[in-house]
This record gives sequence, structure tokens and C-alpha cells, in this order.
Amino acid sequence: MSKFKLITEGLVKNNPTFVLLLGMCPTLATTTSAINGLSMGLATLFVLVLSNMAISAIAPVVPDKVHIPVYIVVIATFVTLLQLLMQAYTPAMYETLGLFIPLIVVNCIVLGRAEAYASKHGVVESACDGLGVGLGFTCSLTVLGLVREILGSGSVFGYNFIGGNDGMLAFVMAPGAFLCLGYLMVLFNKFLKKN
Amino acid sequence: MVTVLGLTCLLCSAILGGAYVLTKEPIDKAAADKTKQAVSQVLPHFTEVEYNEEGRYYTAKDADALVGYAIESTTVGFGGALSLIVGVTPDGVVYNTSVLSHSETPGLGAKCTTDQKFMSQWKGFNPAVKKLSVTKDGGDVDAITASTITSRAYALAVENALNTFNKIQGGQDNE
Repeated sequence: MSKFKLITEGLVKNNPTFVLLLGMCPTLATTTSAINGLSMGLATLFVLVLSNMAISAIAPVVPDKVHIPVYIVVIATFVTLLQLLMQAYTPAMYETLGLFIPLIVVNCIVLGRAEAYASKHGVVESACDGLGVGLGFTCSLTVLGLVREILGSGSVFGYNFIGGNDGMLAFVMAPGAFLCLGYLMVLFNKFLKKN
Repeated sequence: MVTVLGLTCLLCSAILGGAYVLTKEPIDKAAADKTKQAVSQVLPHFTEVEYNEEGRYYTAKDADALVGYAIESTTVGFGGALSLIVGVTPDGVVYNTSVLSHSETPGLGAKCTTDQKFMSQWKGFNPAVKKLSVTKDGGDVDAITASTITSRAYALAVENALNTFNKIQGGQDNE
């Protein structure tokens, strides 16, 4: 499979949010605005690409019995690295995403790709796969965040267009997250089937 | 099996150890910047600031003249801890307030960081003239619409900060 196809596969056909329904916890919790969704997506993308590469490189020498603990340690290392970097250089974003950064360790997308793809393929292919799935996650979260921000706060990427901050509050809160996600999923799959 | 697991852990801890050392300075700087910014938001111009660990307040001075105190104060809001920093000038008047951290509901209580009407009423709030509780409880603080609990917690946090201020002042008078 070509590298390009590997990337689009993760972006559309195997979109982690709208098709595979993986990583729902950060998806629902952090998409209160487009910028939050985008940041969460990029943070996951960073971990996904690096852990995929590292795991595909070490997979041949890791005995079967301990492969899950080894993968978790590798993933946790990258997440902690990300956490330190964000704390140092983007403290405001680190505060907004808070708990959800360390929770990337248990995001099933990351371990899922490590187990299902990276452990059986080369470093370059795994990097492409990580990039594709990561971009898929980032785009979905940004779109979801955008929709919720427009409906909930009447703004786009923090730019307010209705004057005042009285949007439909429900969309900023948990019920709105479920509603938006459901409708976006329906739309996404409808267009996917047509093509 | 044990070797691979052991080596992986060893390598990972080495990487993280290195990263920790490298990022320690910028992290500390970011934290210090944040408090300095918070203090400068709630007090007039100052040149020196000193933190009192025990009382959780900052003393701000401008060339030896006391500018005021920035007092940290935490109460329980609607969603959890609500931490404020309250700037009090030496005459006992609130200069300004700022939220350090909160876990209020987005769009409701979380407006305590964005609602201009609510926030601006703390500028120059004089506890000798106005009553420090929300209008619903017979005070002079206009609550955020639909967020009375958050507003009450905010008022209480300011009250606690003013109590701390009185304690600081009282302590100095006795000296």
C-alpha cells in the first residue's frame, strides 16, 4: 500500500472517531471549542507517530509475553515527554487540557495502532499510519469542537460573531457533546457510503 | 523476557530524566511568569514582589513604598475548588481580583472569568461602604445570571482575602 493511501485510510475510511469510535473519552470531554479539540488532536498525533515508530522498531526483539507492558511503557514515556514539553512551552494549553494529556497513555487508539499495525510493519509505514490516524483524530476533534463552539458560544476559534457570550449552553456541556458527535457521525458515514 | 522489559524501562526512565532536567527551567519560569502576571493584574504598578508561604499572599512594593497585597484565597464553588487572587491596597480597598483556577460549569459559573459586568464590580470594591454578599442574600454584589453559587463562593473568597489582609495589618500594628 502506498504511503499516501496509508495516510488517507486513517483520515477517512478508518477515521478513529467517526468510524471506529475509539478514544471517546477525550473526544467528548475536550471539544468544548475548536482550538481545544485541535490541541488535543495534535497532542495525540504527536504521541501516536512517535510511539508507532518506536514500537515498530523494537517489536522484533520484544518477547510475546511482555509485549503489552513494553508498549505501555513506551507510550507512557512519550506522553510524559509531551506533558513536560507542554508545561514548559504552552502552559495555557496544558492547563486547559489538564488531565486529558496524561490520559493519552490509556487512549485505545494509541495502543490499538501499536498492537494492530506498528508491531507488524516497518518504521516508515508505521509512521505514516500514525500520521493518518492522528490526523483523522485531529480533524474529527476540530470539527466537533467547531460545531459545539458555534452553537454553544457563538464563536469560531475564539472569535465571537454574535456579540455577547450567550450561545446555546447545552452544546458546551456534556449532552451537547453526545448530540453533536451523533449527528456528525451520521453525516460522515452517509457521505462515506455514497462515495 | 525480563531483560527486554528491564532494558525498556531503564531506557525510558533515562530519556524522561533527561527531559525533566531540560524542561525544568522553562517550566519554573512559566509558573513564575503566571503568578507575576496574576499579581500585576490585581495590583497597581510595582517593582518588587515577595511571597509569604504561610499566609499565601504576596507583598508588592514600588521602591520600598507598599503598593498592596495580592492574597490567594480558595473556596468551594459549584464544581469544585475556586481559587482567586485578590489585590488589596493598604487602605483596605480591593484593587482588583482574578481567578487562578476553577472548575465551574462552562457557560455558567465559568463566566466568573469572562463576564465583564461581574468582574468589573470588584475594581475598587470598598468593604467599608458596600456589603460583601450577593444581592439575593442582601448584599451589594451582583451575581452572574444563573450562577448564584459561584458568585457566592467568589464573594466568600474575597471576604476571606480581606480577613487575611486585616490579619496582616493587625500583625504589623502590634509590632
